[in-house]
Amino acid sequence: MLEQMAKRSVPLLKQLLSSSAAASSSCSSRFTSHRSVTYMPRPGDGSPRAVTLIPGDGIGPLVTGAVEQVMEAMHAPVYFERYDVHGDMPKVPQEVIDSIKKNKVCLKGGLATPMGGGVSSLNVQLRKQLDLYASLVNCFNLPGLPTRHENVDIVVIRENTEGEYAGLEHEVVPGVVESLKVITKFCSERIAKYAFEYAYLNNRRKVTAVHKANIMKLADGLFLESCREVATKYPGIKYNEIIVDNCCMQLVSKPEQFDVMVTPNLYGNLVANTAAGIAGGTGVMPGGNVGADHAVFEQGASAGNVGNEKVTEQKKANPVALLLSSAMMLRHLQFPSFADRLETAVKHVIFEGKHRTKDLGGNSTTQEVVDAVIAALD
Amino acid sequence: MAFQLLTRALRSRPDQILSSPSAFSAVRAFSSAPITATLFPGDGIGPEIAEAVKQIFREAEVPIEWEEHYVGTEVDPRTQSFLTWESLESVRRNRVGLKGPMATPIGKGHRSLNLTLRKELNLYANVRPCYSLPGYKTLYDDVNLITIRENTEGEYSGLEHQVVRGVVESLKIITRQASLRVAEYAFHYAKAHGRERVSAIHKANIMQKTDGLFLKCCREVAEKYPEITYEEVVIDNCCMMLVKNPALFDVLVMPNLYGDIISDLCAGLIGGLGLTPSCNIGEGGIALAEAVHGSAPDIAGKNLANPTALLLSGVSMLRHLELHDKADRIQKAVLDTIAEGKYRTADLGGKSTTSDFTKAICDHL
Repeated sequence: MLEQMAKRSVPLLKQLLSSSAAASSSCSSRFTSHRSVTYMPRPGDGSPRAVTLIPGDGIGPLVTGAVEQVMEAMHAPVYFERYDVHGDMPKVPQEVIDSIKKNKVCLKGGLATPMGGGVSSLNVQLRKQLDLYASLVNCFNLPGLPTRHENVDIVVIRENTEGEYAGLEHEVVPGVVESLKVITKFCSERIAKYAFEYAYLNNRRKVTAVHKANIMKLADGLFLESCREVATKYPGIKYNEIIVDNCCMQLVSKPEQFDVMVTPNLYGNLVANTAAGIAGGTGVMPGGNVGADHAVFEQGASAGNVGNEKVTEQKKANPVALLLSSAMMLRHLQFPSFADRLETAVKHVIFEGKHRTKDLGGNSTTQEVVDAVIAALD
Repeated sequence: MAFQLLTRALRSRPDQILSSPSAFSAVRAFSSAPITATLFPGDGIGPEIAEAVKQIFREAEVPIEWEEHYVGTEVDPRTQSFLTWESLESVRRNRVGLKGPMATPIGKGHRSLNLTLRKELNLYANVRPCYSLPGYKTLYDDVNLITIRENTEGEYSGLEHQVVRGVVESLKIITRQASLRVAEYAFHYAKAHGRERVSAIHKANIMQKTDGLFLKCCREVAEKYPEITYEEVVIDNCCMMLVKNPALFDVLVMPNLYGDIISDLCAGLIGGLGLTPSCNIGEGGIALAEAVHGSAPDIAGKNLANPTALLLSGVSMLRHLELHDKADRIQKAVLDTIAEGKYRTADLGGKSTTSDFTKAICDHL
């Protein structure tokens, strides 16, 4: 099994090495996008769009500052309306919600959630209020960034509003606490529809549903039923199901078998973070939350980074994830050329390897990475 | 280099896998009288690998007499499942057992076999030591951690109902009693095996009351063991750190669902369920070691199965009985055989049969 894997990766490695050994000028040309006139805008599409910006806590202000700098350097037709929200506020201020409803698109750093206290997570509140029912994380190997696993290209689509995060807990008697996990057909159906539609629009071949229906027969059974129904409407896309503990085991041994994964709320969190970890870490994976009317883009799998004070003080946060998410945002706003340029520049900086933050094994500060990206923009 | 450090570490800490000092089990004096232990060979490949275990234990002169029990063909009304009352009584009497893989028959009117064992024997903690096997290379070389999972409540209480059509509720229950019990065992285990750090895995930022209660109990127990470092890690952070750098973790204690996922993830890091030992601890010091892989009906009876998981589980059972030198011998023999690489079963990439593998281990003893 291991020999087969080695045999398969040897030609791939040879190709990577030979192309990197070539002169650096040819390397940059490998990443330059063709300048063909393929996107035909409507007249007036180029006027600047307003985007709500929430820097947030911890490393949030650093990385959103990075995005602002890069957007300005590119002269992208985007301007930011900045709002100050912090994780310890009781709820998201109404003016922020109104701004997002007006602009339809938001870019967010991270909001720290205090542990165990009476305050519910603002991230979850925001998603529920704006009904951002799909959370998307794209985990993929970046060329030039060595990881243990090759050929990773997974998109995790996670139901974002119900499931275990319904927030319905109560103490039955002292010492006994109950938490309700709610699964509805309505939410399961719409997330399954989104997952298959995403696969269809992005030329993905396979959708895998992650569940624990052997134990939670009714709840996850309902989720699976909805997925199966939607699968019949997309005969060109393969559909299969996998139990969540087996899924995690397969992710760490054979991640190349997964393509698009659709999951309920809690499992999605775990699977997304595991997939992000195997493909290079949460510092580089883009993602976002989308609903019928609004979209909020943020770092894909944001496990624990927000509160890391040492990283914040030393200004060594990794801006790559938010930069790639802002490229996704640009595509969402129908500015594909800007998105391509930004992604190409970021990937070039990673490939070169000279400016990398600590989580990627380097020693640069956020500002150095941003400067490198701006320099790599063409 | 990592390999040498690991073998040195494994050799110098003989009680690595599992042991259970007097507070948690009846003290077994070093008597020459054989100890009776219950053996459930199970289905599928179960009987073959159980045979392999018996053969190796015989070669190593382990003073254990096996009481074999099989899953019945009809439902026993006293236990409401295919496991008979006699089997359960036998485990209760002997206090130790070894279980092979059991396939739950499909149908209604009976409880699942694992559920029966868990409820009747009150098995509250599932302990799974995960360490990289020297000689069997996976993408991770430096795994050396133990996962301790609460086994009775949490999300697996089985309490679900349909509220109205299309809306289902599932209850997750966390009690102070169960959380304290498993936290006590985790810290006690850490102390008994010289482990330095215990990490509680939770999602208390979202599930504030339930996981908050679990954490509170862990903190209470942590105060009683000041020499052990205690930390709390959010589960998504934990997943990410495990796949990037598993050496960061030592002992993990978790509620039921997270424990299920994390322990399988850790099994994946070291090579899969075919190599992972596991032990269930019950009230009053009962220990039921089991092989967590499936019964593999497609290779049953063909002499192709890998007995490593059941063997290592048997080793953990020996440590529970404080037969450390026998446990060390058998464990060393198994690891040496796998490290050598000449005799490996098909799932490890080799071509040997079960009997060849068993014979190689006996030779290494």
